[in-house]
Amino acid sequence: MALLEIRNLSVDFTTASGAFRAVDAVDVSVDKGEVLAIVGESGSGKSVSMLALMGLLPWTATITADVMEFEGRDLRALTPKARRKIVGKDIAMIFQEPMSSLNPCFTVGFQIKEALRLHMNMDRATRHKRAIELMDMVGIPAPESRLNTFPHQMSGGMNQRVMIAMSIACNPKLLIADEPTTALDVTIQAQILDLLTGLQRDTGMGLILITHDMGVVAENAERVSVQYAGQKVEDQPVYDLFARPHHPYTAALLAALPERATSKLLPTIPGVVPGQFDRPKGCLFSPRCAYADDRCRSTPPIPCGSELGLARCHYPLNATEEVKA
Amino acid sequence: MSDTPVVIAENLSRHYEVGGGMFRKPQVVRALSEASFTLHLGKTLAVVGESGCGKSTLARLITLIEEPTGGQFQLNGRGATRENWASLRTDVQIVFQDPYGSLNPRQKIGAILEEPLKINRPEMSAAERTAKARDMLRLVGLRPEHFERYPHMFSGGQRQRIAVARALMLDPKVLVLDEPVSALDLSIQSQILNLLTELQERMGLAYLFISHDLSVVKHMADDVIVMYLGRPVETGSKEEIFAGPRHPYTKALLSATPVAEPGLEKQRIKLAGELPSPMNVPPGCAFAPRCWKAQDRCHAERPLLEGATHRTACFFPEAGGTPSPAAPKPAT
Ligand SMILES: Nc1ncnc2c1ncn2[C@@H]1O[C@H](COP(=O)(O)OP(=O)(O)OP(=O)(O)O)[C@@H](O)[C@H]1O
Ligand SMILES: Nc1ncnc2c1ncn2[C@@H]1O[C@H](COP(=O)(O)OP(=O)(O)OP(=O)(O)O)[C@@H](O)[C@H]1O
Ligand code: SF4
Ligand code: SF4
Ligand SMILES: [Mg+2]
Ligand SMILES: [Mg+2]
Repeated sequence: MALLEIRNLSVDFTTASGAFRAVDAVDVSVDKGEVLAIVGESGSGKSVSMLALMGLLPWTATITADVMEFEGRDLRALTPKARRKIVGKDIAMIFQEPMSSLNPCFTVGFQIKEALRLHMNMDRATRHKRAIELMDMVGIPAPESRLNTFPHQMSGGMNQRVMIAMSIACNPKLLIADEPTTALDVTIQAQILDLLTGLQRDTGMGLILITHDMGVVAENAERVSVQYAGQKVEDQPVYDLFARPHHPYTAALLAALPERATSKLLPTIPGVVPGQFDRPKGCLFSPRCAYADDRCRSTPPIPCGSELGLARCHYPLNATEEVKA
Repeated sequence: MSDTPVVIAENLSRHYEVGGGMFRKPQVVRALSEASFTLHLGKTLAVVGESGCGKSTLARLITLIEEPTGGQFQLNGRGATRENWASLRTDVQIVFQDPYGSLNPRQKIGAILEEPLKINRPEMSAAERTAKARDMLRLVGLRPEHFERYPHMFSGGQRQRIAVARALMLDPKVLVLDEPVSALDLSIQSQILNLLTELQERMGLAYLFISHDLSVVKHMADDVIVMYLGRPVETGSKEEIFAGPRHPYTKALLSATPVAEPGLEKQRIKLAGELPSPMNVPPGCAFAPRCWKAQDRCHAERPLLEGATHRTACFFPEAGGTPSPAAPKPAT
């Protein structure tokens, strides 16, 4: 049984200019102790799909799904109270904007201890000790004296680390880390990622890592899911994805990496992601795809089998090699 | 292209006084200390280092936004002193990281592009200005109809193209690029990097390229300055720095940079401790509190930047020459 199982998740927003589909028929599954990376263009619905799972979207969002289970329990059937017991404790999230998710009116020590008080059965002294331990784990120097500082007294990177400390405070079974290291320098980023993957190894925590950084993906993820314009377009083990991408978008993304460059000019993907008003009729990638034909432009592709990385494409790449292998 | 550098910087420093009140002495932030380098036309000098190490401060000095508190530099053969600022201003332009914040939302793209000409080229007629702005729009890969649009109608990558176009309106010799692609998607990043490469080839521009992304630096740079806590700690050609880092900090930085190649065996150097504050620079080598090689001497004495072309500020430098895991592919 997967730790998390989501099938056919869609999220529609009501906006002043009409309905907008931010997440379109996405499947997500994560096993205990697995690291799944979600990558894709800005605005492709990575954050929104996870916020939908957490129940943190505004009322303008309409969420539909065929399955939404955590440890076999249907999250949609739970009362709000029962759901809050799981979300925040067993499922924790590191949010993309650290500043907006810390309360400016309370010290960081108070905020960490409050999370412990709500979800963990700990006395005051234990909470204090655990808070210091957590700050130390995320590499905040002199943690004891930092407990009494307010978020605005620390740098963006420090706040991001406080957020990370809060997210792991209650030993979650699933941690969703949305761009957890963007405000951090590489030396500290490496330390945080070691911490998270260490927890995943030692405690069997499942980890969903949303990131733009393909280096971070390559070094930390076991499986990668690629999103484009609200859809999941590919899902493969990390090594296979980098070696044999099946979806043309994935292939183009990898080709754009400067470290893969074979000449001074890099391969690019022409055009931009479709928006609310220019959503193509067929394949959403067809206006930018080098392989698009009339069928692509008129008929939306459905995902291929797992031997082809579930690629949402009529003409998946690297298909023959895969069959031979 | 001439061999005389277009920028010659000698011991550039910028210190700020902060805090201070009736009974307190102001504290000094040593944002940048004694940076020396040369930049040639048609070449790219990259500046790398951790957040707060003084990269943007250096950018502000070179673009004549702020005056150095110590040292001096020459721009296009002339001293960049305050009295020369007005006449030198057109020689150097800057592009910032944030393609959203750096364009006036109430101005149409055409007006944004023409503005520098209005201010600095009063002799030009309105028709000449418009013609030049339209040419520039085409040069950076935008369409004629974009001329009449407002910034919010553009994607992040398009806005960064507009920012580059605006910076080029006065035909500068030097373009300072402060994290120009950090806010962009990978697919847009490659478009902007290509644009910069093409413009440099076509116009012989010199780039001072600031980035924390070492894979981007490896792709774009000719030479590299590695900064730590306001000071250059290693300088050299891209090949020298990436293939044979000599300063322990450079080595740690390269080893911590994730490489987009799954399964690659890497030896990551783990640093203890934080970047110290530039208000409280440790005596001796500023890297000593985090350095695994630090000796007594390192805490007492500050190492000077030494060497012929590949220069390092360290008493016990690494051997160099041993390719790091992030070494660039041999140039073709
Ligand atoms: N509250 C909202 N109302 C309307 N649209 C929204 C809302 N929140 C997000 N969206 C839209 O949903 C789409 C998906 O957004 P999301 O934040 O999930 O993107 P993302 O993949 O996380 O991008 P990034 O990499 O930039 O973080 C975007 O087009 C966004 O503008
Ligand atoms: N006007 C100022 N007054 C006081 N301190 C300043 C000022 N400008 C910069 N500093 C300080 O100088 C140091 C260097 O800042 P700078 O912006 O140059 O760093 P950076 O290398 O560009 O960092 P980042 O990668 O985060 O952009 C920082 O500690 C910063 O807080
Ligand atoms: S379906 Fe067609 S347009 Fe879409 S990704 Fe595949 S080949 Fe390209
Ligand atoms: S001088 Fe000493 S402390 Fe500084 S980098 Fe070299 S070995 Fe390390
Ligand atoms: Mg997001
Ligand atoms: Mg900066």
